[in-house]
Formats: sequence, C-alpha cells, structure tokens
Amino acid sequence: MDEYIIEMCGITKEFPGIIANDNVTLRLKKGEIHALLGENGAGKSTLMSVLFGMYQPEKGVIKKNGQPVQISDPNDANRLGIGMVHQHFKLVHNFTVLENIILGVETTSKGFLKMDKARARVMALSEQYGLRVDPDALISDITVGMQQRVEILKMLYRENEILIFDEPTAVLTPQEIDELMKIMQGLAAEGKSILFITHKLNEIKAVANRCTVLRKGRYIGTVDVAATSKEEMSEMMVGRKVSLSVEKAPAQPGETVLSAQGLCVKGHGGRKNVVDGISLNVRKGEIVCIAGIDGNGQTELVYALTGLAVPESGTVTLNGRDITHAPIRRRNAGGLGHIPEDRHRHGLVLDYNLACNLVLQSYFEPRFCQNGFLKYDAIYAYADELIEKFDIRSGQGARTIARSMSGGNQQKAIIAREIDRDPDVLIAVQPTRGLDVGAIEYIHRKLIEERDAGKAILLVSLELDEVMQLSDRIFVIYEGRIVAELDPKQVTVQELGLYMAGSKKEAAQ
Amino acid sequence: MNERPKKKSLTQREGFSSFMASVLAILCGLAIGFVVLLIADPVNAFPGLVAILTGGLSDLRNLGQVLYAATPIILTGLSVGFANKTGLFNIGASGQFIVGAYVAVLVGVRCPFLPGPLLWLTCLLAATLAGALWGLLPGVLKALCNVNEVIACIMMNYIGMYGVNFLIQLTIFDSLKNQSLPVAAHANAPKLWMDRIFRSGATASSANAGILIAVLAGIAVYYVIERTKFGYELKACGYSRDAARYAGINEKRGIIWSMVIAGALSGLGGACLYLAGAGKSIEVLDTLAAEGFNGIPVALLGLNHPIGIIFSGLFVAYLNQGGFNMQIYGFAPQVIDIIISVVIYFAAFSLLLRGIVERVLKRRAHKGTAAASAPSSGPAASGAEQPAATPQERPAAPSAEQPAAALREQPKGGDNA
Repeated sequence: MDEYIIEMCGITKEFPGIIANDNVTLRLKKGEIHALLGENGAGKSTLMSVLFGMYQPEKGVIKKNGQPVQISDPNDANRLGIGMVHQHFKLVHNFTVLENIILGVETTSKGFLKMDKARARVMALSEQYGLRVDPDALISDITVGMQQRVEILKMLYRENEILIFDEPTAVLTPQEIDELMKIMQGLAAEGKSILFITHKLNEIKAVANRCTVLRKGRYIGTVDVAATSKEEMSEMMVGRKVSLSVEKAPAQPGETVLSAQGLCVKGHGGRKNVVDGISLNVRKGEIVCIAGIDGNGQTELVYALTGLAVPESGTVTLNGRDITHAPIRRRNAGGLGHIPEDRHRHGLVLDYNLACNLVLQSYFEPRFCQNGFLKYDAIYAYADELIEKFDIRSGQGARTIARSMSGGNQQKAIIAREIDRDPDVLIAVQPTRGLDVGAIEYIHRKLIEERDAGKAILLVSLELDEVMQLSDRIFVIYEGRIVAELDPKQVTVQELGLYMAGSKKEAAQ
Repeated sequence: MNERPKKKSLTQREGFSSFMASVLAILCGLAIGFVVLLIADPVNAFPGLVAILTGGLSDLRNLGQVLYAATPIILTGLSVGFANKTGLFNIGASGQFIVGAYVAVLVGVRCPFLPGPLLWLTCLLAATLAGALWGLLPGVLKALCNVNEVIACIMMNYIGMYGVNFLIQLTIFDSLKNQSLPVAAHANAPKLWMDRIFRSGATASSANAGILIAVLAGIAVYYVIERTKFGYELKACGYSRDAARYAGINEKRGIIWSMVIAGALSGLGGACLYLAGAGKSIEVLDTLAAEGFNGIPVALLGLNHPIGIIFSGLFVAYLNQGGFNMQIYGFAPQVIDIIISVVIYFAAFSLLLRGIVERVLKRRAHKGTAAASAPSSGPAASGAEQPAATPQERPAAPSAEQPAAALREQPKGGDNA
C-alpha cells in the first residue's frame, strides 16, 4: 500500500440551501500530482477551503500521515505544511516580491528586519525549482505568471509539503501554462505533494497522476489519469456523455442585420485609436467570429457596437437604422442582445436577486410595470419560467442573490435573459470563459440554436477551438484592425494563429 | 425584496437578524454607557441609567417631546439612507437641512397672508424644493464631472450654513436675540390634538403633525425603493453602475435624482423642526446643524431601511429625552452626550453583529434538528432572566418627577453637540 500524506474522509459541508460537499473522500499520496476535477459549483473549492481551515466541515475527519488532525484556521494548515495558491492571488501590490514572500514569517533581530538571510533562501529556492523571479520588483509591475511564481515561492519558503493550486491556469497565457506544468512536475519530483483543482481536461492529462472527480458536491470516484480517456473523465464530471466537438448544419445566411463602417474608438487613455477603422457585417442565420489575442481592440469594438462607448468616427447600423449615437436602451429595443465580456461588471447586478437580474432590460415593459410600480408577481413568475427553461441552478431559486451563484449559472442567467428577449442580433463576448465542459457545451448548443432560428450572432472569442468550431465566418482582429476575413472550412488552426499573432496579413484588406 | 409571504418561523426571517443586531448594538452601547456613568458618579450611576432608559416614557409630555425631537432626525436619516441605497453617501444633509429650514421660516415670516394650513404646506413645499436644490448641485457634479459627492456635500454644508446666516441677517433678522424672526402662528404645524394628549399637568409637549409627515415620508421612501421602477433603477445604479449602464439605465439621471430626493427629505426635516410651534428659531451661529449629521447614525442604526429608520429616529430621540431626565441626578450634560454617542457608536457595529446573530441562529437551528430532545435549556434560561428584571423596576418610579421639567428647556446645547 502507498503512504497517504493527507486523507480527507467523509467530508460533509453545508451552506444555506445547498450541500457543498456530501460525504467526500480524497486521498493524496506523497509526491504525486492529484487533480480535483468537477464542474463549477461541484464543491472543489469548498473542499479545499475545508482542508485549508477556512471552513469547518459538519462531518468527516482529516488525517495527516494517518493521524487525525484538527484544522481550525489557515495557520493550523500552515503548521501542518499545507499551502495554497488561491485563484485570485493574495499579494500586497505595493510590496516587492521578496517582501511578499517573507510577509508573516519575517526574520528579524531586535525588531529590525534581516532581509539578507531571507533573500539568500528565496534565491536558493528559486534556483532549485526553476522559479524565475526578480526579488526586488514590485508586485504591481510584474506579470500574472510571475505573481503566481511568487505565490509558489511563498509556500516553499514556509516549507509546505502539500501544495494546493486552485484553478491556477485560469489567468495564464498558453506559454505560462506550459511553464507552470513544468514547475509542478519539478515540485512533485522533489517530493512535494500537489493538489490541482481544475476543470480543464488537457491539463490533467498533461501533469496529473491521479484524479478525483466531484459532481454536485458528491464524490464520484478517483481514477488513474494515464489509464482514463478525456471522454471518460468528462462523463464522470458531467454525469452524461459530452460531445467535445460541436455539430452544426451549414449556415443559411440572410440579409445583413448589423454592420459597422470605418469604426474608430479611442482607448482608455484617449490618445490612440484602439479600434482603427473597422468595417464588418453580420447577416441573419450566421455566426460571425472576431478572433484575436486579448487586448487587440475587441473590447472597445463591442463597446462601440453596444453603446457602452462612443466611437470616434464611423457608423453602426442595426436593421438598416443608424444607431451610432443611439442610447443603449434604444439599441436593446431595436433588437440588439449583448452577452458581455465581464459578467460581474456589466452582465449582472450582483446584489440583486436572480429574478431582478433576469428583467434587467425589460423591467419597464408593461408586463412587468404598471404606473411606475413593478409587478413583482409577474417578475417572479417570469423568472421561474426562465429558470425552468434554461436550467439555471441556484440555492434559493429566483430569490438567490446573483453574487452567491456559481459562475456557470450566472452566465446561464445572462444567456437566458438575452436569448429570451429575442434579439435580431446577439453579440456574445467570450461567453464560455471560465466555464466547465458541461456549461460550454450548453452555451455552444444555444448559440447554434439561435443561429438556426435565423438570428445573427457576433461571437468574440480568444479560444481558437471555439472559433473554429462555431463560426461560419471569421474576422481576425490585430491591433485594432481587421487583418483577414476567413472561411473556417478553408483555414487551418495554425494559419489562424499566425493571423492572430500579426505575422500574416491578407493582401486583399 | 421581501414580498410574497412565505411561511417561515420568526427567527428565520431576514428581518429578524437585522432587528436583533440593532437591539444587540443598543444593549452593548448601554452597557458601555453604564461604565461611563460609573466613572462619572458611581452612586447615581444606576438611577441615571434607569432615567435614560425610561425618561421618554415617564409621562405623556416626555413622550410627546420624543415625537417632536424624532421628526427632523427621521427625515435626515431617510435622506442619508435613501442616498445610501443608491450607492451615494449624502453627508450634506446638514446643509440641505438648514437651507430648507431657512426657506420655510422665510415663507412663514413673509407670507402670512396665505390662509390657514395652506401657509404651513407652502412652507414645507418651499423647504423641500430648497433642500432638493442643495442636493441637486452635488448630484450634478457627481454625475457629469465625477466629483466625489462627499467633498461636494461637505462644501455645500458650509455654503448652506454661512449663506443662511447671511440671508437671515439680510431678510428676517431679530437682532435682539441674534436669530430669525418668529414665523406667523398659522405657519406652524397643526397640533392635531396632540398637545392635548401628550402633556403632563399644565405643560403641553411640542408634539405636532410633523411626526406624521416623517412617518409618511418613510413609508413613501419604502415604496419608492422597493416597489417602483424608479427605485429599481436607482438601486441598480447604487449596486453596480456599470451593470446599470449596460442595462440601458441612465445612471447619470439616477445619481442626480437620488441626490435631489435625499436633499428634499433633509430640507423637509429642517422645515419640520422650525415650524413645530415650539418657539424655536434659527440662531445665527457658526455651527453646522447637528440634525443633519445625526441622520447618519439614524440611517446606520436603521440599516438603511426606511421603516427601520423611523424606529431608530424615535429611539435616538428617546435617548435624548432620557438624557434630559438624567440631569436630576446631577450628571453633566456632557456625560449624557457621551452616553448617547456611545450607543450610536455601537450602532455602527450593527452590521457586524448581524453576522454574529445569523451564525448563532443557524447553529441553534442545527442543534434543534440534530437533538430535538433538549428541553432542559428552556426553563433554565427563562429562570435566569427573572431576577434581573425586578431590580430595574424599583428606581424607575421616582426617576422622572417635577424637577426634570424645570431642567428640560435649557439643554439646547446638548442637543446640538
């Protein structure tokens, strides 16, 4: 038998209205990379928070090296050698890398900081594990990837031997992800035990030895990664067969619904045109994709189309009417739907309940509002209808505060709202960002359904797979310009990547 | 949004934990206040505490005074609470209050030709408009130029105070008393027989129709915030400006309206205080109106809920009244102010306490389901409460007698501190 360094047996943790963990068991071997797989809201983060001492379970025991231990707060966890890299880093932005690493365990003499010893140790650790950092750089100046390395160094500096990574790749670029994978393998080789929370199957396949799957708070099983296919794992995670590819009929494009001519938008500083003379059109019954690397003007382009920003020059036309300077409400009424890039900032009023969020653009319509008073009965009835129709899951139904819902269900709520408004054109910006396989499949299916129902869809995506699978036409955006209009059937992923990187341009444009 | 009646036990309602938190905050405040009393005068500490607790109820006149004093702070509390619901901090209630008061008094002095209660209503309307104007300016600055409303409001407080001082001297100055001229008798709020009900012996209280205005305003604000389209838009702006914009809500208009309504409520409060028929005039002093700032703790203690604010305003007024009664035990007015401040100070913790109350309730619910067979705790707890209740009743009777009435008129300064 293998030695288990950490065992969590029969953990049950409840929150009002929901059982986040229901009799979950997780066993971590020494020196392995153990993936924890599950959909959003499956209870992965809760389980890790229990291990890290942030929540107390109602039932169950935690054992370290076979001995039961009590973890009442993160300090206990630290003492037991458990460290965690949170999804959102816990770093002090105006401190240097070195200061952040030693924060809380400073080496001092007579109350004065003794940085030299700490610096030497940090440099040695950084050398040993290949974690390149500049100890004197300010956190606010370094990349997200380096910030993550700082978090890892923090754990190593505290001599933690059990390392928890909570969705570490969500914020990284593809190159940084590769690097992180190498670092994790290096750590495991040095005898550290790693718990790796994710819902990305590729990453599990790449680094993990074993994988524990949770679904809706329940323990489904632990598998050997090498002997299990991606399809099998996703089936365990979602509870049914999932098609990892999208099936769709050929598009039947009709007349143009939305078009932009020579659109220019100034950036945040207001000096340079971040959108520089873009012209495009979207027709009924097709999915047009704007492909590009993040930060090439997609956000501003969508802002100008939807009315969140005022374009510098150029025109936007919706159903033949000029809406360049129309207020947002008139655009919405005129048949524009918008699934925003940032669902927390724009898409939802997080402190409103689900029902209030579902009528965010229609609360003033006569069916919900009479003489200035809202008809809450009608609003809740409508919300229940949408919850049923779009399978939005939440703790307290229509009364759930949006903030407390899982990311996937928040996005489902936005999609339900936008689709049910029955717009002529739907602008969807990264609609699947941060979502799990089941939710992604659902959203892709919905978008194709809408297309087949004769809606025009403009999809902005950073994911090459998504672009290739969904789109009927692709515009590649690079530095605020459309550098190519491509047919997904006639272009390879590699070629598309070259266009997106700006190293290839279409002569015709 | 607590529409739709759902069958829940009392302790499981959302409102219950909020209410319990406010009560707990008050009890903590009183406990610390008692310590202050012990330090100031150990012998009289306990009777003093009883006086502050029971003073407002000791006779009907005192109760009337509570209603009178509650009126302006309920209105400024509503003003602060309303702005808060929409994500704005209206620290300018003081300026809006005094501007409203001035305009009300001006109309009350200069337009005696208006018949009967029409003059009073005109005064209230004018005050409301003046307060609204004082709120409009910071609102416009915030919406259009992104000027922080706190800074704009503080400046408007000073402009309001000095402007009113200047205008009083120019228009309605009683140079003998260094204050505004008395308003025409029918500019004052109707008594609605309250002077007959709330009195002790020959002295009537200053209770008047103003309290009804304040309560109606609270109910109106509740309906606007919770039930109307307008309130939905304002709250959306308050919770998330970006999401409101995305939804096509004109968030700039929302900010301006929110400040205008907040200002109007404060202005109305100013009119209600000076048109109470209590003989109070606006003094030409270089101090900001305390009622405006008292609106902030009133709103906090009421957890920004309009109905809660009505009760917290009554409570703060009640404490003030009890404070006056403490003077018979020889406590300095400053000590009384400290007690009141400590209680209000703890009000700020009511949100923290709400978390604790919720946790306790949840744990108890858990225990209740897990081990329903624990009847021993019930009688033990109630038994412990009984002996504590009896000593409180004894000194209550002699606490508020005739001498209190003599002292009552002077502590105007304590009111303003």
